[in-house]
Amino acid sequence: MLSMQNLSKIYRTETVETHALRDFSLEVAEGEFVAVTGPSGSGKSTFLNIAGLLEEASRGRYELDGRDVSQLDDRARSRLRNEKIGFIFQSFNLIPELDVFDNVDVPLRYRGFGAKERSERIARVLDVVGLGSRRKHLPAQLSGGQQQRVAIARALAGEPRFLLADEPTGNLDSQMAGSVMDLLAEINAKGTTIIMVTHEPALASRADRNIHVRDGQIVEDQAPLGLAAAAGG
Amino acid sequence: MLRYYLKLGVLSIRQNPVLSSLMTLAIAIGIGACMTIVTVHYVMSGDPIPQKSSQLHYVQLDSWDPNSPANEPNDPPDQVTYLDATALLAAGEARRQAVMYRSSWVIQPEGDDARPFEADARSTSRDFFAMFDVPFLYGGPWDRLADDNAEPVVVLGRELNEQLFGGENPVGRQLRMNGELWRVTGVIDDWMPVPKFYDVTTGAFNDVEALFLPFTTTIAREVYNSGNTNCWKPVPEGGWEAFVNSECVWMQFWVELEDRAARDAYMAFLDGYVESQKALGRFPRPLNNRLRNVNEHLAYQEVVDDSVNIMLVLAVLFLVVCLLNTVGLLLAKVTRRSGDIGLRRALGASRRAVFTQYIIEAGLIGLSGGVLGVLLTWCGLQGIRVLYRGLDFIDKLARMDWVMVGAAVALAIVSALAAAFYPTWRACAIQPASQLKTL
Ligand SMILES: Nc1ncnc2c1ncn2[C@@H]1O[C@H](COP(=O)(O)OP(=O)(O)OP(=O)(O)O)[C@@H](O)[C@H]1O
Ligand SMILES: [Mg+2]
Repeated sequence: MLSMQNLSKIYRTETVETHALRDFSLEVAEGEFVAVTGPSGSGKSTFLNIAGLLEEASRGRYELDGRDVSQLDDRARSRLRNEKIGFIFQSFNLIPELDVFDNVDVPLRYRGFGAKERSERIARVLDVVGLGSRRKHLPAQLSGGQQQRVAIARALAGEPRFLLADEPTGNLDSQMAGSVMDLLAEINAKGTTIIMVTHEPALASRADRNIHVRDGQIVEDQAPLGLAAAAGG
Repeated sequence: MLRYYLKLGVLSIRQNPVLSSLMTLAIAIGIGACMTIVTVHYVMSGDPIPQKSSQLHYVQLDSWDPNSPANEPNDPPDQVTYLDATALLAAGEARRQAVMYRSSWVIQPEGDDARPFEADARSTSRDFFAMFDVPFLYGGPWDRLADDNAEPVVVLGRELNEQLFGGENPVGRQLRMNGELWRVTGVIDDWMPVPKFYDVTTGAFNDVEALFLPFTTTIAREVYNSGNTNCWKPVPEGGWEAFVNSECVWMQFWVELEDRAARDAYMAFLDGYVESQKALGRFPRPLNNRLRNVNEHLAYQEVVDDSVNIMLVLAVLFLVVCLLNTVGLLLAKVTRRSGDIGLRRALGASRRAVFTQYIIEAGLIGLSGGVLGVLLTWCGLQGIRVLYRGLDFIDKLARMDWVMVGAAVALAIVSALAAAFYPTWRACAIQPASQLKTL
């Protein structure tokens, strides 16, 4: 599904060069649920952005579904993002002037679906996240947990095969975080590949696979400790 | 997608009311100032008689000083002598011809307590009215006999008729001027050629005279002109008789020539006339006559003077300054909304899609700026009207036609799009990841 070989990303400013990723190699198979942990500034978001085609690597090779994406132009990359990839962000990133329905509608508009198809899909995903009755609410009229559910609905509406989440529970209390995690697990169970960045070991342990990043490199790649222990014992 | 983008544009404008109205205002003020001047320029440089401007020709004969041209570098004088005007009129070589000059009169209205007042008149020949398509409210021009016999007849302007006869049909009634009774043959309707092309020597934007008289009659009464008189020889002594027989130029002469051939023939006639005069010892300069049609004549006379052209340039520069301001405001706005751009890109919008969305939003701002700009233009024109009140033609300025309204709105939209181009292009060129961080 996703294959990165010796990726590196260097940010250059006038005075400093930051190696956000160095020699970063990773394979993710279809249907996996991968949690990425690591200290602040270690390059987790950079990795996720490159994976989601929001940014280009300075060096190395990145294949998505067997296709080398570095050769693609803006239109093709945007198409790929739109059709195959869903994003969930820590700060929800809903558009404040649009109501719930219209927020979920955004990726579908760029997909070019007709009005009927769009409203069917929106109704379906809002039911999945349990917000079917809030379609006319503005983001400001929702709780943080509800907002993140709208964001998840938006990421799911186009039925992507690949979900990228950057600290999706970072702004939520533990109870809301738990329910968001339940939702992600449910989505993964239906076959969607998920890569999630998180700070919390407890949440990471719910994934199939834990990757630990430090200084732009993968330093650990294993099944969650709890699972490993269970398998070992 | 267009409807979606329009909806997003409206939402975004409502979301940023202050920035949006500042931009709208910047565009509107620029458009208002620019279009006010453009409208003035457009009216001033318009064709005053489009249906006939290519047929009506102004005659200039070079009867001037052998040692220096009347007008640099080598143009004949702006007017003709009485001798030549009457000779050309008598020859009648053109389809129609009119001689004319402006004169000043004292009118004594009926009634004991009515006070006499001064009025400008145009002394001319009968063809004037047909040549220049002058509309009549009552009656018509005087007949040929009146010209031939120097009869005291008069055609009134509409305003003067209202003043003297309460706007009723005065044809056949009489009017006392310079102590003599004149019979009214007609009243002309509203007529206001802008520029007043038929005699620019007395001001291309002055009002049409209050009344019209046969020039033969005013000549017989020895009425001098109230316009310019230019002489290259010393002003002759010996009173009226010497004046009309002098080389001084003070009359205008127009001919109507239906096509190119007629024009060429008339030019040949003029040259022949001058040659015959040379034999009599007049016209010491080489042959140098001019026959310009209305628009050529107005261009030659530079009736739209340089100050208006300079104002036009300044107004356009002002619009550019307003647009640069708009560019600045748009940069601020787009920067503020880079999160939105990044997010839309993350959700699958291509650069082009986002660019289109923002350009359409700018177009909406341009449209509202244009509508407001038209309003401001209207106010600007009212202002000019107040400033120059007293000149009839200024009333024409206050009227914007649909061409100008359309032009103003189109200019505003194009301006807004031009202003939006750079900021939007810049915002779309950035990698979406960095924009998402600003959210
Ligand atoms: N646009 C940028 N320009 C310059 N340096 C950057 C840029 N984005 C990230 N960096 C640098 O790259 C490194 C990795 O950043 P990244 O955002 O990937 O960290 P992170 O692991 O997501 O951290 P956190 O857990 O705090 O979100 C950091 O040192 C950061 O300063
Ligand atoms: Mg991060």
